[in-house]
Amino acid sequence: MVAETSSRLENAVRAHGDLKLIAYIMAGHPSKKRSIEVGKRLAGTGIAALEIGIPHSDPLADGPIIQRAGQKALAAGTTVAGALEVAEAVAREGIPVVLMTYINPVLAYDPRKFAAEAAQAGVAGVIVPDLPIEEAEPVAGWLRSASLDTVFMVAPTTPPDRIATIASHSSGFVYCVTVTGITGVRRDLPEGIAELLAEVRKRTTLPVAAGFGISRQDHLKALRGKLDAAAVGSAIVDEIDRAGDGVSLVRELLKACGTGR
Amino acid sequence: MSRAALTHPVDGRFGAFGGQYVPETLMSALKELEDMWHEAKADPQFQLELAGHRRAFIGRPTPLYAATRLGEQYGGTHIHFKREDLCHTGAHKLNNAVGQALLAVRMGKKRIIAETGAGQHGVATATVCARFGLECTVYMGSEDMQRQSMNVRRMKLLGAKVVEVTSGTRTLKDATTEAIRDWVSNVRTTHYIIGSVVGPHPYPEMVRDLQRVIGDEAREQYLSLDGKLPDVVVACVGGGSNAIGIFTAFLDDRDVQLVGVEAAGKGIRTGEHAASLVGGRPGVLHGSYSYVLQDGDGQILPTHSISAGLDYPGVGPEHAFLRDIERVEYVAVTDKDALAAFRLCTRLEGIMPALEPSHAIHHAGVIAKELGPGGRILVCLSGRGDKDMDSVDGG
Ligand SMILES: Cc1ncc(COP(=O)(O)O)c(C=O)c1O
Repeated sequence: MVAETSSRLENAVRAHGDLKLIAYIMAGHPSKKRSIEVGKRLAGTGIAALEIGIPHSDPLADGPIIQRAGQKALAAGTTVAGALEVAEAVAREGIPVVLMTYINPVLAYDPRKFAAEAAQAGVAGVIVPDLPIEEAEPVAGWLRSASLDTVFMVAPTTPPDRIATIASHSSGFVYCVTVTGITGVRRDLPEGIAELLAEVRKRTTLPVAAGFGISRQDHLKALRGKLDAAAVGSAIVDEIDRAGDGVSLVRELLKACGTGR
Repeated sequence: MSRAALTHPVDGRFGAFGGQYVPETLMSALKELEDMWHEAKADPQFQLELAGHRRAFIGRPTPLYAATRLGEQYGGTHIHFKREDLCHTGAHKLNNAVGQALLAVRMGKKRIIAETGAGQHGVATATVCARFGLECTVYMGSEDMQRQSMNVRRMKLLGAKVVEVTSGTRTLKDATTEAIRDWVSNVRTTHYIIGSVVGPHPYPEMVRDLQRVIGDEAREQYLSLDGKLPDVVVACVGGGSNAIGIFTAFLDDRDVQLVGVEAAGKGIRTGEHAASLVGGRPGVLHGSYSYVLQDGDGQILPTHSISAGLDYPGVGPEHAFLRDIERVEYVAVTDKDALAAFRLCTRLEGIMPALEPSHAIHHAGVIAKELGPGGRILVCLSGRGDKDMDSVDGG
């Protein structure tokens, strides 16, 4: 569904020459209070948007770092309602917040209620990594009717004709998974990423963001000009796991984007 | 409803259940798998090859056996076992593994991954990989590696790499999650042989198609006894592959009652069980929408069963459908009752069943009382009990 006017999220992640940065944290990791604190600090660094993960017991698309963070968040008693509170507190800083959640917590919470409360909390959009377009309805419908953006993913294994269909289901931006694989920290960007990004950009007017495995300055430098925004997750979550807040890492990464301040 | 209408998935769903809740990365592989499976299924050459392996490698048809002493003990009931314990490697799991290995060869995929709980599916997969010259990695929870250590040794001897899974509950659920993660990362080179009628479409349909040989044979064998069908067919349900395997042939026989037996563990009320259909709610686990043991927030709950093969918080979507349309009744049997049935069957029949079908044997005794003398019960004896020696003490 292409919105007639650009959404707040779309405007925030669209690059104008430079590369935008999207950071990821896990709600409730290591505690609710701390994740709000870290989220607020990151919101002030100049990132374009903040993804906030809702922990799940069986995160099929996540590597060890985010999986471990999710387990800690669950052990600390994080609920879907609690994650929405984290999102609300951080969104109040004015940063566009994108919730990243697996489908089962949304189904269990009730998709309609989830959409309404996320919108109420000031959330801008939702990404559900185990919800391919074929399974999107009725959940995506509820999200749209609450004026939330629905971000769908394109993978290196997605055939070209399917890319356009996925993009047409997306709003806010199109999320390009850079690796055939799960989230994590990698040394090198996968081969073929530039070609994939070019394929996606050919098929959508939405901003294009990439994520999974992006963690270093040289990754970002290599990506500049090829897309609108890069999402960094595991590297930040790993710092938070070691009692850090990821702020200095994000500032370093922003420098490589050319939008550091 | 005809059998086809009952069980043919539409858009990958059995009624409301099933689907493909997986990362986009896997979607094209699932499409390829669906196309390749339908093509192979319709190819006489493939069917011929499969039939040959069933005969000479698996040892099919497996016998139908009259458990007369057990039947007497159960009050004069006619009890028959479909002897899947006599399949090569000791369980029905090989029926599926052989078919999927042939398919992997056809798709040109040389690396195989699998998850395993009891180790029976892991052994079956390691076996077909040895047979067809494929590289094999099996994911197994550390708790299961302990309680099914003999099967770990078998897999290693067969040349498989066994990866110990220490996350979450350290049992079948987390082994499956880990296997799916591997598949997401290596999907171009790797075929994932799922061990039951679970996972995203087309797995529930494909594994059903490969396991229905159990019921197709059993129905014919049963009819050849005296021209009549059983009153009740009973099978244990973990993910549900041996149960779907034996039920499918009887779905159109409206007078035949079908009963699936889940693991009640220490009792449904204790919360320490693995009975998804009896004690769970619809939700998504491992790529499909079915009954799931979960908390109010959609987090998957830890499970308990003495039998590793039933110790799983989900169940195949076709079972969810058969439950909701009330074609199959689902019940649950405790660890304690399953152990007692294990001992009884071993002593009376000289057949040592696996702990999984011991749940079904116990429930056959319950049904026998209801039917009274002369009742006719067919039990799917899905596997043999050697693997369970460490879980069953001597007495
Ligand atoms: C002998 C035996 N029976 C039953 C099962 C349960 O699986 P399913 O419900 O798919 O038949 C297992 C699983 O490992 C098994 O080894």
